[in-house]
Amino acid sequence: MAAEIFGNVVERCRAEEESLLGRWREIVAESLRGRMTGAELDKELRDLLDALLSALATGGGTDLNAEPYAEVRALLVELSRNRAHQGFSPRETAVGVYALKRAIRDTVGAEAGFAALSDVIDELGLLTFEIYTKAREEVITNQAEQLLELATPVVKLWHGVVALPLVGTLDSARAQVVMEKLLQTLVDTGSEHAIIDITGVSAVDTQVAQHLLKTIVAARLMGADCIISGIRPQIAQTIVALGIEFGDIATKATLADALMLAISRSGVDFGTEMAKRGL
Amino acid sequence: MERIPILKIGDLLLVSIQVDLQDQTVMALEEDLAQKIVSSGARGVIIDITALDIVDSFIGRMLATIASISRVLDAETVVVGMRPAVAITLVELGLSLDGIKTALDVERGMRLLSGRR
Amino acid sequence: MTAQEQAIAGDADVVRVRQLVRTVAVAARLSLVDQTKLVTAASELARNTLIHGGGGSASVEQVTSAVKPGVRVVFRDKGPGIADIALALTDGYTSGSGMGLGLGGAKRLVDQFDIVSDPAEGTTITVVKWAR
Repeated sequence: MAAEIFGNVVERCRAEEESLLGRWREIVAESLRGRMTGAELDKELRDLLDALLSALATGGGTDLNAEPYAEVRALLVELSRNRAHQGFSPRETAVGVYALKRAIRDTVGAEAGFAALSDVIDELGLLTFEIYTKAREEVITNQAEQLLELATPVVKLWHGVVALPLVGTLDSARAQVVMEKLLQTLVDTGSEHAIIDITGVSAVDTQVAQHLLKTIVAARLMGADCIISGIRPQIAQTIVALGIEFGDIATKATLADALMLAISRSGVDFGTEMAKRGL
Repeated sequence: MERIPILKIGDLLLVSIQVDLQDQTVMALEEDLAQKIVSSGARGVIIDITALDIVDSFIGRMLATIASISRVLDAETVVVGMRPAVAITLVELGLSLDGIKTALDVERGMRLLSGRR
Repeated sequence: MTAQEQAIAGDADVVRVRQLVRTVAVAARLSLVDQTKLVTAASELARNTLIHGGGGSASVEQVTSAVKPGVRVVFRDKGPGIADIALALTDGYTSGSGMGLGLGGAKRLVDQFDIVSDPAEGTTITVVKWAR
């Protein structure tokens, strides 16, 4: 019954499959301006057309969530995601689907059943939009995460001493990420001393200060000591004004002072160390 | 019920927790350790929790109790190998385990107890 | 994504709840720290269910908000209920052998926390942790 609304358009499409596919490819290729090879495009569209016609023939109806459309959906997901990742615009991506209507009109003709088929293609186009948007969001999130990674280097300053130089604005999300990274580095490098240098941090709010404190307590639980260096006068004022207790946490004016403290705490004998390395 | 083995190394006791801890196991460990500290005359206890993927308030309480008991029995306790995610969670939970000595790993824990650097 | 049930009738079941929550949290792609926080909260709540509720069950399920996945755990018992929820959530309050951080601590470790308690019906605690 479901197949009836499409009249014989599906059979006609099947009969004309090659010329239909050729026309479709032509229209899409034009909009993509040679950014995909003919072979790639041919395979994509061929698979999609085949899946769509099979779905329609097996009574898929107009509901794209119906079981017969499973393969069509899967193919569309792949196509839209690839386009999004390759940097195609949403228009260029959707045109690929909508162009099928024109291709059918040009080769098979707009006869009975075309309207229903046209509706299905509209739905497919919308689905493409949706998937495209989601994929772009993923790309952006990944980039943001990568930036975060780049912005938070944990460096080894000395045997058993790592430093985390923080620069820029420290929001709660970033604070959390960098602190986790610092703690993991302590384990990975077997370091018992960490210096958190906030010379480059312009402002600290309560939440960020809390993250700092929690990290320091967590580091202690793991068996490592933290020193905070480079607290600027305004930040010191904020910390006091906010009533945040730094307790017995060591603070030093500069990274250099903090390093000196860390080294002395780890009980390094410079003479022996240098002799060991032949310096 | 499983009992956690307590190894004696010189004048130290080493407890390496390798199983998912049930509350009963935790309580048994408390008792066993107190016994063993006295019978062996140990001066230090190292509890290695490298393998633990969580420490909840019950296990946290056990660590604190063991530290207190051993202090009364003239032995020092060091908890070693706490994972970063576990440490962050404990802090969020509100447990800072004040008064418990910690170290990154067993080796550093032993150095800490023997007072050498 | 159907919910998975774990009965809580003894000590060993608390461990099983932890393992089940961990599995689902990994599947929902929670970060390691978030997994650890959720499993720890589940451990506290499962113990509560056992000790104060006289046993019950935990139901663990992967859920999805508009954009991100998460894990929901529901603890149910037929125990005497919690008379004063606000008091029970206070740090340091304890009726058992813990450190009095069970309920309040668990609440801090998750993103959503709901308690429904009634002397006749028992207690139901629902927690959700979202992936970041």
